Amino acid sequence: MTPNILSILIWLPILGGVLILSTGGDRNAQLAKKLALGFSAGTFLLSLSIYTDFDITTASMQFVERYKWIEALHIQYFLGVDGISMPLIILTTLLTIIVVIAGWEVITHRVAQYMASFLIMEGLMIGVFSSMDAILFYLFWESMLIPMFLIIGIWGGSNRVYAAIKFFLYTLVGSLLMLVAIIYLYFTSGHTFNIASFHATPLTYGTQVLIFLAFFAAFAVKVPMFPVHTWLPDAHVEAPTGGSVILAAITLKMGAYGFLRFSIPITPDASSELAIWVIGLSLIAVVYIALVALVQRDMKKLIAYSSISHMGFVTLGFFIFDSQGMEGAIVQMISHGFVSGALFLCVGVLYDRMHSREIDSYGGVANTMPVFAVFFVFFAMANAGLPGTSGFVGEFLVILGSFRVNGWYAVVAGLTLVLGAAYTLWMIKRVVYGEVTNEKVKALVDVNGREKVVLGVLVVCVLGLGIYPMPLLEVMHSTVENLLQHAANSKL
Amino acid sequence: MTKQDILIVLPEIVIALMACFILVLDLYLPATKKQKFGYGLSMLTLAVGAALSLIYSETAPVYGLNGLVLMDSLSAILKAGICILTACVLVYGRSYANIRGLWKGEFFALTLFGVVGMMVMTASNHLLSLYVGLELLALCLYAMVALRIDSTAASEAAMKYFVLGALASGILLYGISLLYGLTGTLYISELSASMVRYDGSTLPRTMALILVLVGLLFKMGAVPFHMWVPDVYEGAPTSTTIYLATAPKLAGFAIILRLLADGLESLATEWQGMLVVVSMVSLALGNIIAIAQRNIKRMLAYSAIAHVGFFLLGILTGEASGYASAMAYILIYAVVTLGAFGVILALSGEGVEADLIEDYSGLNQSHPWVAFIMLLLMFSLAGIPPTIGFYAKLSVLQAVVKADMTWVAVAAVVLSVVGAFYYLRIVKVMYFDDPITGHSGLQFSPKADARLLLTINGLAVVGLMPWIGGLTTLCEGAIGVLF
Repeated sequence: MTPNILSILIWLPILGGVLILSTGGDRNAQLAKKLALGFSAGTFLLSLSIYTDFDITTASMQFVERYKWIEALHIQYFLGVDGISMPLIILTTLLTIIVVIAGWEVITHRVAQYMASFLIMEGLMIGVFSSMDAILFYLFWESMLIPMFLIIGIWGGSNRVYAAIKFFLYTLVGSLLMLVAIIYLYFTSGHTFNIASFHATPLTYGTQVLIFLAFFAAFAVKVPMFPVHTWLPDAHVEAPTGGSVILAAITLKMGAYGFLRFSIPITPDASSELAIWVIGLSLIAVVYIALVALVQRDMKKLIAYSSISHMGFVTLGFFIFDSQGMEGAIVQMISHGFVSGALFLCVGVLYDRMHSREIDSYGGVANTMPVFAVFFVFFAMANAGLPGTSGFVGEFLVILGSFRVNGWYAVVAGLTLVLGAAYTLWMIKRVVYGEVTNEKVKALVDVNGREKVVLGVLVVCVLGLGIYPMPLLEVMHSTVENLLQHAANSKL
Repeated sequence: MTKQDILIVLPEIVIALMACFILVLDLYLPATKKQKFGYGLSMLTLAVGAALSLIYSETAPVYGLNGLVLMDSLSAILKAGICILTACVLVYGRSYANIRGLWKGEFFALTLFGVVGMMVMTASNHLLSLYVGLELLALCLYAMVALRIDSTAASEAAMKYFVLGALASGILLYGISLLYGLTGTLYISELSASMVRYDGSTLPRTMALILVLVGLLFKMGAVPFHMWVPDVYEGAPTSTTIYLATAPKLAGFAIILRLLADGLESLATEWQGMLVVVSMVSLALGNIIAIAQRNIKRMLAYSAIAHVGFFLLGILTGEASGYASAMAYILIYAVVTLGAFGVILALSGEGVEADLIEDYSGLNQSHPWVAFIMLLLMFSLAGIPPTIGFYAKLSVLQAVVKADMTWVAVAAVVLSVVGAFYYLRIVKVMYFDDPITGHSGLQFSPKADARLLLTINGLAVVGLMPWIGGLTTLCEGAIGVLF
């Protein structure tokens, strides 16, 4: 067991990012790319050890590191992971490699800054998932806005400035309210920012509601939930492919993770009391946003709306307070990380060749790019929740769980299986199949080795998780049970 | 006069004498050596001043010169801070002022006399010595704003500053005289006890409080007494703006603390209510109007107004931890603002003022390193982690929540989101926009020392984070002995 493994996972990529920045301008682009690949691969390999050394029998924090940091405010450098955060960390390290490889030839200007942004972001995101001190968590949570802001703004599409600023301000509003809630909890829980102490602090119902709403503001924006989702389509459409992948696959999960780490255990009574509203918003996202996705003409926008719809499933799974539902929601988080990331990469592959994201400008891509078509159709199926893919496991478990709680939830949520299939397959039909009508499509070149590797890795992940999800489920099982037990105990 | 008396004001004495010496020397030195000697001697003086302030410091207050001044760790830290900030101001302003012909004996002498004024403010225990310090600083600043005689904007700004400043001084003096009439003392240390004993009519007492508060808030540039701030920041030569935007804030903190928190402690409930309104209005107005600015100096002026609003939140808690957080806030703010103006100065070459926001378009392409420093500074002003600006916000917010004013904290953070927008815009212009074609372009031509300082200043904004707790410990220690 490597000592201080979590610190290494956080600081190694950040250090790598700083090192890459120091390579300077685009003259040394090759060196910057190689360093980025080296650091991200190294971090990934190291991160595997938190899986192999993980003890699945306990719900308590593992790989704990705890040092005093700012003593005047009792802020600690306190890290640890449990069954919920560990898979998310590995997802982060894996996708960072993929993003680095995906940007290899596509990014031609300010390469070092691009690669460094992603590596620094990787470290910050791992920090979010492993912080057990609320201020440390907040520090990582909000620092992450800076590289993402730059990624969207520098390498994004034509309307990138608007999207970047909207992304930043939306997230900031929610985060700052959360900060006030955290400071409030600091005083009620006896001058500590330790998240575990927050969990144990008794709170009156009225206070719980206010704290719940403050956290909700932060996490609902990040997830994003209806009606504060409008930043996401803008950010996704304008971000470069790598940015979209990280945004969809990981940053959205940070919001969902926040519900599990903060909202539900800190304010259990308010959470169960207000759950009906959250479930309502989730179901609106599942159905209404899916309908919105149906009418999109822009592929990236369509996948962005599909992400919101899928994340609705995740929040639904959390707030029905059922172990199957919650486990399903967590599987859905991981699965959505792979599938949405892969779909954005597929769109990226097309965009790099045609410089268009409009569905109308394609048609008959399968004729010129047969290998690509296989990948694209496969991920689309996974997005629609086809059995055998990871998308199915999560959705199935959530629907199963909601059936146990209230049949109507399950009925409404089940609509997604129809709608999800509708918008994804309709897009596939218009893009991949049919006659080639556009001259440019005729000239398309199929995926190259680099793209095959990137998409191939994700195929393995999606299939693996879809056919045999046990490794993931058993890792999180005791943590989820413990969380639900905690949430069932009133804090009043 | 005892030895103790001299030790208490030794830094002030040294700096004042040196300022006179530099002024006289300037007349006799040949033109080629004037600048070199003036600069070198000023830096030396400031270094000695900072060292003396720290060496002869006492933790608990020690009074001297018949109680006119005092010495405690608060004054030691602030005096040293003022000297160091002013030294940095000189390093940053050197090539800018040199090109524009401002780099001469008067500049050094005025700067140093201003430092003496600020030091007297931080160390005063008597309303008159406080007033004298304030006026000494103000007179130096009026002259420094007007130093560029060929600029009408500078003359106008100086005129405005002078007229309004004189008015505010008059108001403050009126308040002080009322306080004297009510209590019979001008010693701040005795004031609070006399105010507690005071059992006369509340009207004159409240009147005195309001007048004193107006005077103080004017000097800090809080709304609704902020009118002078944008014009002065914009009109003054940038080498003066950087001076008046940084060090005087520390001195302002000291007099607010000594007068309100210490002297008028018994009226706390009254001034707390007033400060809540003032700080909220400052935050709102400063942040919102800053959005509309095209001139970066003017934008930073409105940003200063908003930051004063945030800083006042720490004061209005009326608790030692709140004062300590306000002190940490103002120290961090001064360091970050110093860097921001440092960037502006570094980019203002011959005939280029670098004061329009659009001038910064595409800075990341032409000068990636300076752009990165500016990015860190802007995020720090916006209070985004991992910068020290975030820590400043955090410590004030936690003091506000501790004082059971959670709703004030909520309002403050919502208003600071508005503020984030215009800092982001600077980043946007530098990183997302392409350089304007046909534009003369910014020159980055500072001397090596300014370059180095800029790097240290910029990286400190992030690099100090691991040790930032030490700042709170320092501030709490300094404030703790007073309350």
